[in-house]
Amino acid sequence: MARNFSEMSWKEFDIAFMVTNPGCSAEYRTGDWRSQKPVTDKSKCIKCGICYLVCPDEAVMLAADGTYDFDYEHCKGCGICATECWTGCISMVEEEE
Amino acid sequence: MAKRIGIEVSLGISEAVKLANVDAIAAYPITPQTHIVEHLSELVADGELDAAFIPVESEHSAMSVCAGTAAAGARTYTATSSQGLALMNEILFIIPALRLPIVMTLANRSLSGPISIWNDHSDLMSVRDTGWISLFAENGQEAFDLTLQSFRIAEDRRVMLPINVNIDGFTLSHVIEPHEFLSQEEVDAFLPPYEPIIQLNPDKPVSMGMVGIPEIYFEAKKAQDVALIESKKVIKEVFQDFGDRFGRYYDFIEPYRAEGAEVLLLTMGSISETAMEAIDLMRDQQGKKVGLLRLRLWRPFPNEELRQLLSGVGALGVVDRAVSYAGAGAPVATEIRSALYNCESKPYIASFIAGLGGRDVTIEDFVTMADLTVEMAAKKEVHEYKMIGVRE
Repeated sequence: MARNFSEMSWKEFDIAFMVTNPGCSAEYRTGDWRSQKPVTDKSKCIKCGICYLVCPDEAVMLAADGTYDFDYEHCKGCGICATECWTGCISMVEEEE
Repeated sequence: MAKRIGIEVSLGISEAVKLANVDAIAAYPITPQTHIVEHLSELVADGELDAAFIPVESEHSAMSVCAGTAAAGARTYTATSSQGLALMNEILFIIPALRLPIVMTLANRSLSGPISIWNDHSDLMSVRDTGWISLFAENGQEAFDLTLQSFRIAEDRRVMLPINVNIDGFTLSHVIEPHEFLSQEEVDAFLPPYEPIIQLNPDKPVSMGMVGIPEIYFEAKKAQDVALIESKKVIKEVFQDFGDRFGRYYDFIEPYRAEGAEVLLLTMGSISETAMEAIDLMRDQQGKKVGLLRLRLWRPFPNEELRQLLSGVGALGVVDRAVSYAGAGAPVATEIRSALYNCESKPYIASFIAGLGGRDVTIEDFVTMADLTVEMAAKKEVHEYKMIGVRE
């Protein structure tokens, strides 16, 4: 969808509101749902990748140094990564208003 | 000259489905629809119809399979009745939302309880708001013709909606009637191959049946509603073309001896044939100015056409075959009252319920209803509905 669908008329959608451009869910910013965000103390990170494996939204990305960053546009703040992190280097921090 | 043969109405429908050269059939047997799909399974097994016949464990699965085959671009057919339709309910809503042009025969049967395998229209009325096109056949020939026309209407790119063709269980499904069949060449010329707008195809992936968040759901429903309303144009076109080709013309509402009538009755389905007999009796032997409207198109509801036909008519008696328990009227009558309420010129409308659960609706019943309509209209009787033929 080229345009923001919340501005589109009912006449402008594809028939049956099908999605014809695969992968377009990435355009939907689920990060806006978040009330807490994961923050990593990278000095404690052992680069095991458990956070990457357990993230249900593929919002954890491998960084150049082998540690992991978060895609805050899509991370919903579920906290599974922080719970599962072996060294406890991920903490959930309240979002500011 | 077309071939004219005597055949059970159910088997005539199967032959129409075969002539339509469907690609996929998924169905579960349920009385009184069983003969239709039973015969289709034989046609497939005997190699007379090149289609996938998919036996399933329930009607919920039957309609789900149909959703899949139609989404993959297959011309898809199924049939059911009563409890089977009720079990399909969840999926029935999804088919028109996905704009899948499935054709389904509904052999109308009452819903339990008490358990009944006999005919009325309570099954269809329970799925009124699922968004399907609904047509009613009065006899075997109509069932055959409407089945073929339904594929063309449903698959028209301006429509892309499912259709249920209603035939009264037993009184229509199980009787042997003369049919004029069409040849394969005639059907092929009338019904082009199905070309979906979008289909499931690994080379060009799409997602169907996505979540409709609050920013989208309302727009999706508006688009679906407009598609159903606008399908009337195509239904009319197809009825016209079918008539021009084969000499049998259909319409949304078909009047019978309605000219100059002071009171009209309105029916749907096979009881219309008995009603016509009753009109002849009342007109020719009793000197009553009575006529009949036979409603063929239940959804999209022919609001404007009814307003035109009923303008200037004194009284209308609507004969329903379903109950909307403790409602403001029986289903068809309520709809017509709503369609006319804001019109300047409108008839008095009496709502009758007759023939529930296979109870015969006789010529005498129609005479009673016509007389009652006149009486009630004279008294301007305010009422919801009256049951005719029930023991008090």
